[in-house]
Amino acid sequence: MRDDTMVGIRGLRTAFELPGRTFVVHDNLDFDVRRGEVVSLVGGSGTGKTVLLRQILGLERPAAGEIRVLGQPVSEMGRRGAASRVGMLFQHGALFSAFSVLQNIAFPLRELRTLPRELVLEAAMVKLQMVGLKPEDASKMPADLSGGMIKRVALARALIMDPPLLLLDEPTAGLDPDSSDGFVSLLRALHRDLALTVIMVTHDLDTLFELSTRIAVLADRKVIVTGPPKEVIAFQHPFVHDFFLGQRGQRAMELLREYPFAV
Amino acid sequence: MHEPSTPRLETSADGGVQAAQVLGQWTAAQLARPGLLDQLRAALARFGSNAAWDLRGADQLDHVGAQLLWDHWGHQRPQRLELLPAQSAVLERVEQFSSEPPRRPPLGWRGRYLALGEGVLSAALQLREFVRLTGQLALNTLRLARAPQEGPWRDFSGHLYHIGATALPITALVGFLIGVVLAYLTAKQLRQFGADAYIVNILGVALIRELGPMLAAILVAGRSGSSITAQIGVMRVTDELDAMSVMGISHSFRLVLPRAMALAIAMPLVSVWTTLCALAGGMLAADISLGITPTYFLRALPDAVQVGSLVLATSKSVVFGLLIALIGCHYGLQVEPNTQSLGRGTTASVVTAITVVILVDALFAIAFQEVGF
Repeated sequence: MRDDTMVGIRGLRTAFELPGRTFVVHDNLDFDVRRGEVVSLVGGSGTGKTVLLRQILGLERPAAGEIRVLGQPVSEMGRRGAASRVGMLFQHGALFSAFSVLQNIAFPLRELRTLPRELVLEAAMVKLQMVGLKPEDASKMPADLSGGMIKRVALARALIMDPPLLLLDEPTAGLDPDSSDGFVSLLRALHRDLALTVIMVTHDLDTLFELSTRIAVLADRKVIVTGPPKEVIAFQHPFVHDFFLGQRGQRAMELLREYPFAV
Repeated sequence: MHEPSTPRLETSADGGVQAAQVLGQWTAAQLARPGLLDQLRAALARFGSNAAWDLRGADQLDHVGAQLLWDHWGHQRPQRLELLPAQSAVLERVEQFSSEPPRRPPLGWRGRYLALGEGVLSAALQLREFVRLTGQLALNTLRLARAPQEGPWRDFSGHLYHIGATALPITALVGFLIGVVLAYLTAKQLRQFGADAYIVNILGVALIRELGPMLAAILVAGRSGSSITAQIGVMRVTDELDAMSVMGISHSFRLVLPRAMALAIAMPLVSVWTTLCALAGGMLAADISLGITPTYFLRALPDAVQVGSLVLATSKSVVFGLLIALIGCHYGLQVEPNTQSLGRGTTASVVTAITVVILVDALFAIAFQEVGF
């Protein structure tokens, strides 16, 4: 395993027991993510993209195989201070609805229980503005936020301890095109400024081409192809063909250009 | 000796000028180690912002670490500061975005006065909503009477099962034990007067008229009142209530009516069942402690308790059932779409339902004191 490997997956097998039969999602899947990459996972529904993301986070255990995150086995992930190793942006934000925006962002720091309150709140204010929110938004409650703002707050919370690895589940799903564009440029700026490694699951081709340095296609229980967008599109496989070269794909392809910050 | 990653400060004399060297990992995870921050603050206190600062030796500097330094420097850069480009970027962001977290203004007298008014108004509003809900239930009952085939009968039978049938074991257990306790307690007192036979009257009247219906109502309020509020509240959180409104289906007809009907029918039945179990417990305890045989107990019971008491107990239970259903539905419909409100609503529902049951029971006791004696 190379030194700059952020996530290393070897021989992964995921299976769900359904009544009467076993449904194999991943079988002998190998996959690596290196420092500084923005890797997009794509695949048809039921190919286990979100499951893979959850396994990288240690929320689900694979049936077999090994996942190492930042060089450590994934079972070590849940320890104290996990927020300083990996940040996760859930599809619907998963903000704590009982807390205000600022309390939500400050939560991982506050739970360390040793940092003084003022420092924690100041650090949260900095993150709040880094994701493009205004100081006035700090005391709002999650129920009063728009979809785009929820994603921004959730992102600020994921980044509060400056983790080197950021996972995104459908970062632009449910946003209108304007907010979606804004969020994509925010993610790109943060990736550049904070030297993040990003793994995301997305169906949105615009987001995919705007952000990804590498695309990994999940099909037939494996990663069938991985590489820069252009290489992946040229790959011969029915799913790849339908996904990228259908009508929807044609429109988004016009946006395709080399990622300017490729590592 | 320190681990190399421990954030620390060292002094270096750089051309006669005292310089603070920042070393180690200045990250939130490191700074949060117990006791470390106090040490660091003591170390920081030795250097003012006029000292020279050298951050180039630090292995890592995240936004929390930069914030700590920035606060120490009094929100301005020291005149002599050596940085790596990456550190400079972090510090620039802290510099640009540092701002006071908003403080909640202290609550003055005027604030308290306004809060009181708000509380009173919201209580009045709650009451109004409750009356509206009750009225709507009455109208829906008429609608059901006119067109019974349109009624939500499947829901009704489901609720009847969940509220009534599944409550039988727990109400039986509690009723039986209360019966035993009450019998032992009165047996002790009665023996002093040699009035052993009166235990049948005391147990009969107390359990049939008051304790049976009340126990059943309190248990059902805790079990079913909370679940009604939670069910309807979750539907609010997940927008299911709005979906129903959009389809033109009345919440009151589809959600409140079947629950109210089910509780109005299940409650008297559960109440009778609880009373029977309590009497069984009392009978057993009377046999053991006073030697009053079950045969005598059963023969004396009809003389001790008039039919009026039975009618009163049953009709009381119907009212309790309706109230529990209405209170549960009321708080469920008041839930706002967030988890905190859901929890608050469920608690309020159970507390209110139990309080109201006891209150109404007292009203019944006073209003019908002549009935059944």
